Amino acid sequence: MKGIVAPLLCGLIFGAGLVVSGLANPAKVLGFLDVTGRWDPSLILVMAGGVIVFAIGFRLAIRRAGPLFADRFDIPTRRDVDPRLVAGAVLFGIGWGLAGFCPGPALTGLAFGLGKVYVFVAAMVAGSLAYGMWRRMKG
Amino acid sequence: MEIVDFTPVPALIGGALIGLAAVLLMLTTGRIAGISGILGGLLPPTGGDTTWRLAFIAGLMLGGLGLVYLGDVSTIVIEADTPVLIAAGLLVGFGTRLGSGCTSGHGICGVGRLSPRGIAATAIFVAVAMITVFVTRHMLGGGT
Repeated sequence: MKGIVAPLLCGLIFGAGLVVSGLANPAKVLGFLDVTGRWDPSLILVMAGGVIVFAIGFRLAIRRAGPLFADRFDIPTRRDVDPRLVAGAVLFGIGWGLAGFCPGPALTGLAFGLGKVYVFVAAMVAGSLAYGMWRRMKG
Repeated sequence: MEIVDFTPVPALIGGALIGLAAVLLMLTTGRIAGISGILGGLLPPTGGDTTWRLAFIAGLMLGGLGLVYLGDVSTIVIEADTPVLIAAGLLVGFGTRLGSGCTSGHGICGVGRLSPRGIAATAIFVAVAMITVFVTRHMLGGGT
């Protein structure tokens, strides 16, 4: 039960943060990305708020021997900037700039009942599945 | 350049909530709150860790319902038309998996951990997204 309630509440707080910050609104995101036009700098503060809270909280959290409801902390250890990371970030950046949606706001936006969100999420799931198939083909 | 629509207080509060959610997920479940990775682990489901992924995504949608019942969904504006949304979705879905993360896993958690991969990915996808908007709005669109 804890294994359901804890991540559910975390998702809820995360989604509320996306809504409150304005990140759930693609027009707001595109307003930030449009640095040469009419520019909305708000997203810098969303990032700053999130990064600062996480930087402090993360350090405190991992002082424990392990997480509350799981066996161990699962923290990425790789530090190398490889071509796949760069290529992935480029493709994601193009997609983000085209529509103003990244994965979190798109999933949160499923609650809005807007057809365009469903179209984007369906394509995003297809893209993620296509990556899985490509990985398996490469072996 | 002209500064418009700047909302510093909701931006900071919302950002802090996102950071808090990521801390709590690490503290309780031991996982990085990277949305593309949480979703990707369900495509296809890999067994043991399906439950927390589904619960987190359900929570995200509940957060969205907050806007429906407490706010105003008409403030949400999606300019892109269907073909652009499909292309964008495919790029976001594939790119975030190839690059092992998105705005949350790299942008918040990776940068917050001072991970070189997170910092590099974030710098790249923000810069590329800004260039994409410049091209579509100011070169192709002749926009505002």
